[in-house]
Amino acid sequence: MDITASEYEDQADVSDKEEAVEKNLIGESAARLQRRRKIVQGVLFTLFRLGAAINGIALFIIIFFVFKNGMEAISWTFLTEEPTDSMTRGGIFPCIVGTLCLGMGAIIAALPIGVASAIYLNEYARPGCMLRIIRLGISNLAGVPSVVFGLFGLAFFCVMLKMGVSILAGALTLAVLTLPVIIGSTEEALKAVPDTYREASLALGATKWQTISRVVLPTALPGILTGAILGLSRAAGETAPIMFTGAVFFAPGKFPSSISDSVMALPYHIYVLATAGTEIIKTRPLQYGTAIVLITLVLGMNLGAIIWRSRLRRRLK
Amino acid sequence: MVEKRQITEKMMQIFFFCIASASITILFLIMIFLFKEGLPILNTVSVKEFLFGEYWYPTSEPADFGIFSLIVASLAVTFLSALISVPLGVMTAIYLAEIASHKVGEIVKPLVELLAALPSVVIGFFGMVLVAPFLQEVFDVPTGLNLFNAALMLAFMAVPTICSISEDAIHSVPVALKEASLALGATHLETIIKVIIPASISGICTGIILGMSRAVGETMVVLMIAGGAAMVPESVFDPVRPMPASIASEMGEAPIGSDHYYALFATGIVLFILTLIFNIIADYITNKYRQVGEASL
Repeated sequence: MDITASEYEDQADVSDKEEAVEKNLIGESAARLQRRRKIVQGVLFTLFRLGAAINGIALFIIIFFVFKNGMEAISWTFLTEEPTDSMTRGGIFPCIVGTLCLGMGAIIAALPIGVASAIYLNEYARPGCMLRIIRLGISNLAGVPSVVFGLFGLAFFCVMLKMGVSILAGALTLAVLTLPVIIGSTEEALKAVPDTYREASLALGATKWQTISRVVLPTALPGILTGAILGLSRAAGETAPIMFTGAVFFAPGKFPSSISDSVMALPYHIYVLATAGTEIIKTRPLQYGTAIVLITLVLGMNLGAIIWRSRLRRRLK
Repeated sequence: MVEKRQITEKMMQIFFFCIASASITILFLIMIFLFKEGLPILNTVSVKEFLFGEYWYPTSEPADFGIFSLIVASLAVTFLSALISVPLGVMTAIYLAEIASHKVGEIVKPLVELLAALPSVVIGFFGMVLVAPFLQEVFDVPTGLNLFNAALMLAFMAVPTICSISEDAIHSVPVALKEASLALGATHLETIIKVIIPASISGICTGIILGMSRAVGETMVVLMIAGGAAMVPESVFDPVRPMPASIASEMGEAPIGSDHYYALFATGIVLFILTLIFNIIADYITNKYRQVGEASL
């Protein structure tokens, strides 16, 4: 079979064209695929955004409804008076005082221990079995259910150490619960101190303890205090640990007279009024009002700590 | 002089070590006291009767101490809430770590932290007075205080835990892996699904387990909105009585040293062991599958 030159060219031409068409097809299907991949990405990314948005929306809905329904209950008397008419009227001043007592007590007990633990973990400890065990202990302590802390506080502080239901027992129970929070944030603060600071101090002949107490701790102090605020807000918002150890439905007087007194506390007050009181519907405004005070107290402290922390981070960068 | 300084140094180190052991000591104390106050119940009922007994009538005569329905309720609430919190938490984490611009991230992240900071009693109160009537009307069920409501509220308490731990894990994936995938022509989404998530899966699992552990142990929410009926649930709209709720609501009435008191501590032991298992698994995963550089992929 002889093929003339022109025929050959024709054939070549045809195959060229075919190739071109094929290329075009590939190009088109590739473009289509590309578009599809982009669309899938767009859809899923929107889904992720939605997921993230739901959290924010949930937070806003909770805060919005509580404030909307409770704002009318908030007044000067509500904030500064004692409850009257067998808890159906009056204020929640003793609850605010009680919550502050319990929270501050917890921080006073937990802060020194927490900071010292973090110093050991970050400055002294060498990697090894002992460090693993201590870390496991801390992470497990952080995971203990709050009601179990309550049981522990009841059995150990109230019964065994004979503290009874008191500020002391409640605050110590809360201290145990906030310990992991404080250790965690103090460690973060210590890690943020640049190693060059330590090295400079050691090079000048300071001992390790001198370095820690005069260089590392002062630099890390703001971060540690942020952690203390976070711990305080955590302690102030907890209910289950103080139910059997420190908080009671009613305590007479505006201020507790000693640390062995039991107190009223905001979270416990909400719980009792909303579930166990005799006039659940009648006291609803009081419940909302107490919830507002608690939310403001806890979220206010948290927000402050978050803002302060982000400023610190920027400065250390 | 030098010697004295060295002695002080050594003393300081020992001192800090002792304090750092406080956490582990406290953990042991918690265990000892739970067992001390909980084990006497075994004089009244056997372990099998206690764990698998269907009836929880601690105050009737003769009393029944079977916490099977409480355990089932706790697990049901936890798994149902995980169905909501796991997708939500992981999606939020991916969004924060990969998709969100720095500015948006700076706003969304604190919001998630604030969600975590909301006192549980407030979430319980919200679920009780606002979500419960809503559910009752929408789903036409006898009570809005039920398994579903509790799981829904718990989910929002678990999301921040899942989200923050997963986000850290995603952040710690080496940039080189991501860049390699993008250079091969994968889209951002394909990179996330086929490279970044597999590389950070251990951290994500840790987050999920710790989130579930938080849901198991959460007290106020289930106390206020789970309904409180000690029975094995048949549908998601049945009222239930998870273990923490039972302990919290009955401890006030149980006289110290009574069988009821011991039974509640024993329930505490079960709860404690359950969360301990969750935490140890999480710790094991973190340490075993820790991503070290790019080597382990």
